Amino acid sequence: MAMEPKKTPMPTQDPRERITNFREVALGYTPEDARREALRCLNCKNRPCVEGCPVNVNIPGFIQKIREGDLDGAYEVIAATSSLPAVCGRVCPQENQCEAKCAMGIKFEPVGIGRLERYVADHHNAASVPPRKASSNGCKVAVVGSGPSSLTCAGDLAKLGYDVTVFEALHAAGGVLVYGIPEFRLPKSIVAREVENLKALGVTVETNVVVGKTVTVDELFEEGFRAVFLGTGAGLPMFMNIPGENLVGVYSANEYLTRSNLMKAYREDSDTPIRKGGRVAVVGGGNVAMDAARTALRLGAEKVTIIYRRSEAELPARREEAEHAREEGVEFLYLANPVEILGYRNFEDPRDPKNGAVTGIRCTRMELGEPDERGRRVPRPIAGSEFHVPVDTVVIAIGTSPNPLIRSIVGGVQLNRRGGIVVTEEGATHRAGVYAGGDAVTGAATVISAMGAGKTAAAAIHRYLSE
Amino acid sequence: MFRIETKEVLNDTIYRMGIVSPRVAKKARPGQFIMLRVDEAGERIPLTIAGTDPEKGIVDIIFQAYGTTTKKLCEKEAGDEIADFVGPLGKPTEIRGQKICVIGGGVGCAIALPIAREYASVGADVTCIIGFRSKNMVILEDEFRSFSRRVFVMTDDGSYGSTGNVCMPLKEMLEKGEDFDRIIAIGPLVMMRFVTETARPWGVPVSVSMNPIMIDGTGMCGGCRMTLKDEYGRPATVFACVDGPEFDGYQVDFDEVMTRGRMYADFERHSYEKTCNLFRAADQAKKEGC
Repeated sequence: MAMEPKKTPMPTQDPRERITNFREVALGYTPEDARREALRCLNCKNRPCVEGCPVNVNIPGFIQKIREGDLDGAYEVIAATSSLPAVCGRVCPQENQCEAKCAMGIKFEPVGIGRLERYVADHHNAASVPPRKASSNGCKVAVVGSGPSSLTCAGDLAKLGYDVTVFEALHAAGGVLVYGIPEFRLPKSIVAREVENLKALGVTVETNVVVGKTVTVDELFEEGFRAVFLGTGAGLPMFMNIPGENLVGVYSANEYLTRSNLMKAYREDSDTPIRKGGRVAVVGGGNVAMDAARTALRLGAEKVTIIYRRSEAELPARREEAEHAREEGVEFLYLANPVEILGYRNFEDPRDPKNGAVTGIRCTRMELGEPDERGRRVPRPIAGSEFHVPVDTVVIAIGTSPNPLIRSIVGGVQLNRRGGIVVTEEGATHRAGVYAGGDAVTGAATVISAMGAGKTAAAAIHRYLSE
Repeated sequence: MFRIETKEVLNDTIYRMGIVSPRVAKKARPGQFIMLRVDEAGERIPLTIAGTDPEKGIVDIIFQAYGTTTKKLCEKEAGDEIADFVGPLGKPTEIRGQKICVIGGGVGCAIALPIAREYASVGADVTCIIGFRSKNMVILEDEFRSFSRRVFVMTDDGSYGSTGNVCMPLKEMLEKGEDFDRIIAIGPLVMMRFVTETARPWGVPVSVSMNPIMIDGTGMCGGCRMTLKDEYGRPATVFACVDGPEFDGYQVDFDEVMTRGRMYADFERHSYEKTCNLFRAADQAKKEGC
């Protein structure tokens, strides 16, 4: 049979249509699409894709099941190692992981592994019965935070019979999946379903509890918890430390996205305000920057510009996300770096309500120098190249670092100089019975690597409590 | 859901509610705050803790109904529930000094009260100055009097206590040589700024309590960021939610805080009007139904 050189395209909402709503952009494969894409897998012997997956999903195995028309079987293969397939199928950077290693990719486009994973997970979720609760071993474990590492850790422990309680500071469980990633990329109903599945497994989810403030880790041990997993994420937004960053209309991406995603500020019936319309600049080139830019468009911005200090080739965002942003009309200003955010000031009338509002960004042109130790070329400012971009709203999306509250959460845990929790390969901290994983350890990374860490820690906690 | 155990009307627009939240009641210290959400469509807002009853598991909040969320909240009655209530957040007040002047303006008195009470409970000499627009706005006077050595009540229009603002008795005392170890001012930004300026010539340390726009209250959004300037004028950005809410009044850039506080003024006005109209329509419907 002749080999299809290209991936079966993902059906999507039309760009002109989708910038007027917050519904999911990628619509998912049809059964025909999925069958056709599954046939592209060579089922090769050494299975390089599995190695590329942080949780080692048996990829050829589940694709084989799709070919056989056994979607429940395909789901079982994925679920054996992955806890959140409907999430990973949507937000994993497959092009750097499984699909980067795919043998098909040597000559042609790799197999659309992520798209197939999503197809299988959605099929399962549409029809499935909730998972059954394991019989309790009576041993209590506390999980702090409810993002991908925590949900995975909690799920794995619950399946082993542990009595798990997840403590979440916000009013909804899901962590970055709920406050960070927009509805149009990851519908919140999918996250809610994953949380419901956990509850069916017997996990208790307590929202509105800030561990370290409402209750300390020491008190959790006193309450009878035998081990604690810290999956507190990388929630501290970084700023550029340039003049004008505190003007009215400058947001951290965390604030902007939380207002829209968690607080639903895009909806008419939400009491939470957000700036809508006007000209919006987003500083940064990662997935979060793409999310913020595309959110701005959907909130009615006239013009959205991404300002990135390197060139297109170095964009850290997934190609697909940058491509979607471009299709929707987001403009990209490469090799430019903000040096000052400018604001309105009426010297004659200090009570002018427009005082302090953003009017523009002063940027300098950059050029790329020698590669740094990670192989990325270092941007350098070009002297005398400053120029002005008129804007009304600025979103800073240059990264986040581990949640600063961690210091007050627990004694005896060591932090590295970037604020990340120091752990062993198994996820153990310096304090007995306290484990950690995900962005709280690594700084901002991917959903799947956080899941992998949650899994590793769950296994380590099980060994620790079985001793 | 969190149950409202008690509700008390303190004046035309200010209410006290006791919310059932045993974990928060056990942990809260004076100066800390909570975040709440009234219902599923609600905004998260910060409110400072006005008092606690750890045995009953109740946390008191005092608020003025001036925006959408506080308007929705004041329409709730004892026995009703609110969607979310989380805390205690922020750093507690650091109890420093033996001779203290606590100044509260309007609803800010609600925050000043537990701090003043805490100082009194450790044996400090506490003077309180509380200021209001007029007689019908005065709140918590008896409670301040119950533990303070002196209480000055000021009204803008002179309808009760002495006429004028809270800086007047403060200045008079400082001029007479009162040697306060610390002044704690909590109220409108303008008031806190003027208290700071009044104290400046004497160099008395001034603590002010900030209540900027926040979403999460745990240091994640940065919406509450503000600039502090040290004695050499070097700026540093801090987050009021985790680094505060109390700061050295001499370091706060009040202009910036005021400007950032107006960020959503238009939205808030529209939203408030919409909410008030909804309640009015509901009242009307109720009347017609009777």
